[in-house]
Amino acid sequence: MSTVQFRGFGFRYAGRRAPAVRDLDLRIEHGERVLLLGPSGAGKSTVLAAMAGLLSEESGEQTGEVLVDGADARQRRDRIGFLFQDPQTQLVMARAGDDVAFGLENRGVPPHLIWPQVQEALRRVDFPYDLTRPTDQLSGGEQQRLALAGVLALRPSLLLADEPTALLDPSGSAVVREALHRAVADHDTTLVLVEHRVADVLSLINRVVVLAAGGGVAADGSPERVFRTYGEELAASGVWVPGYTPPRVERPDGGSGAPLLTATGLGYRHPGASQPVLSDVDIEVRAGEVLAITGENGSGKSTLALLLGGLLRPSTGVLHAGPALIAGHSRLARTPPHRWRAVDLTSRIGSVFQNPEHQFVTATVEDELALGPRRLKLPAAVVSQRVTELLERLRLTPLARANPYTLSGGEQRRLSVATALATAPRVLVLDEPTFGQDLKTWTELVLLCHRLRSEGTGLVVVTHDRPFADALADRAVSLHRRQPQVDTTVVKERP
Amino acid sequence: MRVTQPVADPQAPLARRNPLAKLAAAFVLSFPLLATLDPLTPSIYLAVELAVVPFTGVRWRALARVMWPLWLAAAGVLFAQLVFAAERTGRVVASLGPFEIHSDPLTAGIGLAIRIFAVALPNLLAFATTDPTDLADALVRYLKVPARFAIGALAALRLLPLLVAEWDSLGMARRARGIDAGFNPIARLKLFGSTLFALLVGAIRRGTRLATAMEARGFDSGTPRTMARSQHFGLADWVLILAAVALAAGGLALSVTLGLFRPVIS
Repeated sequence: MSTVQFRGFGFRYAGRRAPAVRDLDLRIEHGERVLLLGPSGAGKSTVLAAMAGLLSEESGEQTGEVLVDGADARQRRDRIGFLFQDPQTQLVMARAGDDVAFGLENRGVPPHLIWPQVQEALRRVDFPYDLTRPTDQLSGGEQQRLALAGVLALRPSLLLADEPTALLDPSGSAVVREALHRAVADHDTTLVLVEHRVADVLSLINRVVVLAAGGGVAADGSPERVFRTYGEELAASGVWVPGYTPPRVERPDGGSGAPLLTATGLGYRHPGASQPVLSDVDIEVRAGEVLAITGENGSGKSTLALLLGGLLRPSTGVLHAGPALIAGHSRLARTPPHRWRAVDLTSRIGSVFQNPEHQFVTATVEDELALGPRRLKLPAAVVSQRVTELLERLRLTPLARANPYTLSGGEQRRLSVATALATAPRVLVLDEPTFGQDLKTWTELVLLCHRLRSEGTGLVVVTHDRPFADALADRAVSLHRRQPQVDTTVVKERP
Repeated sequence: MRVTQPVADPQAPLARRNPLAKLAAAFVLSFPLLATLDPLTPSIYLAVELAVVPFTGVRWRALARVMWPLWLAAAGVLFAQLVFAAERTGRVVASLGPFEIHSDPLTAGIGLAIRIFAVALPNLLAFATTDPTDLADALVRYLKVPARFAIGALAALRLLPLLVAEWDSLGMARRARGIDAGFNPIARLKLFGSTLFALLVGAIRRGTRLATAMEARGFDSGTPRTMARSQHFGLADWVLILAAVALAAGGLALSVTLGLFRPVIS
């Protein structure tokens, strides 16, 4: 059991003008289970890192103090466990058992005591494999459970978790939440959790603390009281408040548009792999429609997005570009999209990657938007007009001169969509566009996709975000790891 | 998810030896080969090395797959000897039109090619049969390498496959932005540079996150570390090293006795 006390706490990272957190006074009692909320930029991650004693004196300038059980958090690190967002970068060892043992070794636990504790920790998270299981053969949800076991093995009295399920698919998230639930069920552990999707973690928590954008605490109390009183305000700032219904968009009437892309028997196998990740996919992308591709992690969704984007050569089957997409370019009709020159591709099929940073190649937001049109050799006047329009449309005008790498997650997402739109493609393929986004960006993405659809763009949305698919999809394809892989193509009748 | 097949059977008698013993044996064997130029010594070593392959648990087919750069190097050395040798002495073994192959450069070339295999094979076998985790443990335990370095490198090694995937992804992301180099070498170089930069930025971020996660689990906290996995350096490990020393000395002695010894520095 641990208590946490912030007294006039503030922190400014070295090299930044504005403090990330200021004037924070907060006390967390023994065994409380706290959900930490706040608009993006309110400093949730900094507060969590401060509690964990991970803000070193060199990394910035601190005011006030952070006490865990009455002493500076940095001196209490052995009582604190931290579950991070990305399972890939918190597993250290190649074998599952060794990874759980890693923390115990660091503590100097005698070897004969280590293995029973490892076994016990793995049991607590319901880890389904033995100690020698290679960590790179685990799914995201399994890796995150293993990371939790590594944290629990150290028997922390204060457990901190920073969006631990944000990068997982729905089934993976559910098992990790279940494991977290069991870990704090004894009421011996104080829990502080940061999570956007509030409804999913309500059963885990008994107190909500909302950080204010300008510093300090905006709201504090039981979940019922906080959401009743501040629900709308929180939703407006991007928090997924329970019971909040996202905006509905009217699906357009009318029949289906012209086919833009037709996939027949499409499949892909990694070089050297024995099993294909994707096989026998037959789908059609039509103008003015949203096609949603759903499925668990590892079902080949992202691979399908790359294939449809003309970025990957299919191992089997063909991807055929329809006349409406080629628009008279007979040269393009004879070759499949993956063999088109990049400029031909980008003005027809746009792709938005899961990680926006992968697609940034210039130093300013403005240049990023101008890049595509310039490569198409459009006149300078047209280029600057397009850039201005897109900046306006995606609310990026104040950031025109900023470096893309310095933007927030939501801004980066808007920019990556805008760069794809700059070349006015007829098909837009989006891979997990809502990944890790708050409600605000989520809503904007729904409205933007809807508008593109009514302008006649054919959209492919690869997502495991059910509400997003439900809000937009005209047709949905769900992929499975087992055979047959494409189990159904649900054609939703338009209202 | 790609499942890599293990290259070696971990229960084979030589695979079970301590990683340091295997590396020491490989080192001992490569040493005399740097001292002599005669073809006999490497031939003896190579014959013995090939004879112990079954005891390492490495499958011949897997070995052949990882050895292809060696074949390339050996062929290159042989070719260079035949074509560019300063002294074309000895009798003519074969002639291809105006080009004649002399026996002395041929012998020298074959000798060099065998040396390449004789030096590389024990090292290949040592690494193919060694689990990186065991090697890191052994380095910390017996050579007192700081855990900060050994375990840190081990953790970084785990991120390497991610870098490969990231590289592919960055290339495709650039194509999606309308950037490809076609056949223009300068554009290719520029594209390579910008992709590499993005890869490094990502790698540094990942590395920082991993380091923070390790710190949060008490790595480098100042408490003396214990080791969960037992390390054993026993009689069999000493025997392996001694056998390598004996082979190294025996090969040299035989070559001196037969008058074939040609020191590198004379």
